[in-house]
Amino acid sequence: MAASFGVSSAAAANAVKSPALSPPSLPVIRSEARPISCRVNKSRKAGKITTKAVAAQAENPASAASKPGHEVLLFEALREGLEEEMERDPRVCIFGEDVGHYGGSYKVSKGLADKYGDLRVLDTPIAENSFIGMAVGAAMTGLRPVVEGMNMGFLLLAFNQISDNCGMLHYTSGGQFTIPTVIRGPGGVGRQLGAEHSQRLESYFQSIPGIQMVACSTPYNAKGLMKAAIRSENPVVLFEHVLLYNLKERIPDEEYVVSLEEAEMVRPGEHVTILTYSRMRYHVMQAAKTLVNKGYDPEVIDIRSLKPFDLYTIGNSIKKTHKVLIVEECMRTGGIGASLTAAINENFNDYLDAPIVCLSSQDVPTPYAGTLEEVTVVQPGQIVTAVEQLCR
Amino acid sequence: MALYLSKSGKLLPHFKQKICSLGMISLSSIASCFSQNPPLSPEHGKTPYAAPSLFASRRFGSVKAENLASINNTADSQALNFPGGMVKFTPELKFISDLPEERINCYRVLDESGHLLTSDFVEIDKDIAVKMYKEMVMLQTVDTIFYEAQRQGRISFYVTAAGEEAINIASAAALSMDDFVFPQVKSIRPVQYREAGVLLWRGFGLQDLANQCFGNVGDNCKGRQMPAHYGSKKHNYFTVASTVATQIPHAVGAAYSLKMEGRDACTITYFGDGGTSTGDFHAAMNFAAVLEAPVILFCRNNGWAISTPVSDQFRSDGIVVRGQAYGIRSIRVDGNDALAVFSAVHMARKMAISESRPVLIEALTYRAGHHSTSDDSSKYRPIEEIEWWRAVQDPVARFRKWLEIQGWWSCESDTELRDRARQEVLDAIQVAEKMEKPDLGEIFRDVYDFPPSNLSDQEKSLRQTVQRHQRDYTHFQL
Repeated sequence: MAASFGVSSAAAANAVKSPALSPPSLPVIRSEARPISCRVNKSRKAGKITTKAVAAQAENPASAASKPGHEVLLFEALREGLEEEMERDPRVCIFGEDVGHYGGSYKVSKGLADKYGDLRVLDTPIAENSFIGMAVGAAMTGLRPVVEGMNMGFLLLAFNQISDNCGMLHYTSGGQFTIPTVIRGPGGVGRQLGAEHSQRLESYFQSIPGIQMVACSTPYNAKGLMKAAIRSENPVVLFEHVLLYNLKERIPDEEYVVSLEEAEMVRPGEHVTILTYSRMRYHVMQAAKTLVNKGYDPEVIDIRSLKPFDLYTIGNSIKKTHKVLIVEECMRTGGIGASLTAAINENFNDYLDAPIVCLSSQDVPTPYAGTLEEVTVVQPGQIVTAVEQLCR
Repeated sequence: MALYLSKSGKLLPHFKQKICSLGMISLSSIASCFSQNPPLSPEHGKTPYAAPSLFASRRFGSVKAENLASINNTADSQALNFPGGMVKFTPELKFISDLPEERINCYRVLDESGHLLTSDFVEIDKDIAVKMYKEMVMLQTVDTIFYEAQRQGRISFYVTAAGEEAINIASAAALSMDDFVFPQVKSIRPVQYREAGVLLWRGFGLQDLANQCFGNVGDNCKGRQMPAHYGSKKHNYFTVASTVATQIPHAVGAAYSLKMEGRDACTITYFGDGGTSTGDFHAAMNFAAVLEAPVILFCRNNGWAISTPVSDQFRSDGIVVRGQAYGIRSIRVDGNDALAVFSAVHMARKMAISESRPVLIEALTYRAGHHSTSDDSSKYRPIEEIEWWRAVQDPVARFRKWLEIQGWWSCESDTELRDRARQEVLDAIQVAEKMEKPDLGEIFRDVYDFPPSNLSDQEKSLRQTVQRHQRDYTHFQL
């Protein structure tokens, strides 16, 4: 879809009696690839544009002090994104359990209730189906809710509302009502949180028509994706990861948004394309260090957009390397890797020199014991072995 | 505005006395607090939301930890300073009864022969009353003819509102055009949908109704939803999914949005007795109460959820008693009495907006028709019961009798109206039937704001298939 940034005029028309918006200038991030048409509202002036898909430098703390920008942790980056959007557009509101004065279980909404009041940053009772339903109703009448699931797994209770209402009402109403909600929260396998709190909901949601899914992995893309998701007219599910909230990175001071539909080139290479997202990106990068020492040159892509896939970036990579390894945290059956494998086979079969290899978690509930839990998640050693086998 | 705030101060002690029993707030005591405006006139200006609350510990201010000293200093050994308010102790080992001594009484204005039983109702002037009657007749006609059309195979499915016309029209008449309506739809299997009357009242045309049922190009849902699943943004009538009771949290969310904007409007949502068993109902009620959202929760208790009677659905005294359990004001009305429904909704709307609170209305009525065209209700309920409700309790007949007593209607007008209505509906159906079905592209539009590449590919592939096998796809001429 065209990367539509900013408040479209239709959305502005839907906003009944809200104060006049004077949104600031809107810089756009793109990767070096194809030009994307950018629908900018006439009332805004064009602003500065930063053109890198990733932050300037994520890995050299020594030289950090002299560089521009500011250092943040990932949850702070999410909060910055939220705060900037709430400042910019008075229709943005937050719902969730303990998001108000408590600031959210992972402190993503800390301080926002004090600043914007506890009607706009609303603490809800424990009823996921209800507050997602509320968000749908509020969105249909012009608000832009950001709903937090305390843990993504709890959103299974809201599956009905997300699938049948959030995803479908724009379609079944003949386009009359839009549902610009953002549903976000931490998911994935953490440190001994037990099976019910270690769900990877992207597997279950990927089939729902009408929603977009994105997964953030760095403070830079977390903030950018949060902002883009809020500005999107479609319902977006933003997957964060429980273990990544304390990642530190230097991000730009100026305003930026990243594209919801684009993948991120983490490390260009020649030998093999490794597709991954969220926490597994870090396992892959760790494996990449080992692989480089062994003489391999892996290309690592963080797919970021889980629905729809950025087949353009992925395709270009495959055309170069001819080998694909997918590393995911989902379970083997019915996960993102399974769909991605199918999509690549369908579209790029001719370019593959070898069958696609997909490393995923086993089809088991995540056990509590630390040693057991560790081996249900793909580890760097496995990734190294898989690449060696693929590149033989 | 000042009037409401000062009067509401008087109400608060009144509530506190009643809290221990299933006390009710009578219509007249509320009526004395509000001026009797003519129906449909909008409230002026915005009302501030300083609602009195029974449990006053938090009222959208930031929460500070309770001062421990003040808790411990409570000298009273008769009561406990518990979060939420003081709780008195009792030495008796006594359980609260599962059911009240007497069922909650049902508010009624007209008897079966159309005579007024009380003066405690909201007056309606002649124009509105006659319009209400005409719309009820139109709704009946639409239902009869569309049902017949389904039986003839011209539409695939239909749901009637037989027996519930008063609820539809009278509640719609008591609302303003700015109020958001979240109508009922039911389970994934045969669907229940009974608020077409509200749409008719708001000016949704017969042709639009017919177009939606036939799913043709004139359908504003573009052929994407089942018959009788209407939705119209300009009439503030929200398209709902077929899933039961999911519209109730939506209504609360919309009420939240109205509250944020400080608008002079409320939300209303309709659901049936069966819908009150769902998790969404519970959660939405609870949430509406906590949020103090201006929403009217209208339950049409018609005795049956497809083939499940209410005795298998719940064991409480209907739905009205649940209101107090959530801290929501509630009332039970006779759903076949148009004046009673009108009055109740009118007052509920005032309360909802001026005090920013939810209100629960339970309307007792009867589903005189089948659940839907896929159902034959004589299989699970006695025909005599159906006949009695249809003959004796028919809401349209009752309202007409009252109109005739007022001298506002006559038999001749009736025959003329019904003939004309029938002809209009038949014409609408004929036109709708001949209209084209929507274009192939409508399958792929509006899934997102702009179609992503995979959908564009899928559309291309589908068009190629249709072109290649043109004979098998005569509907789509490419």
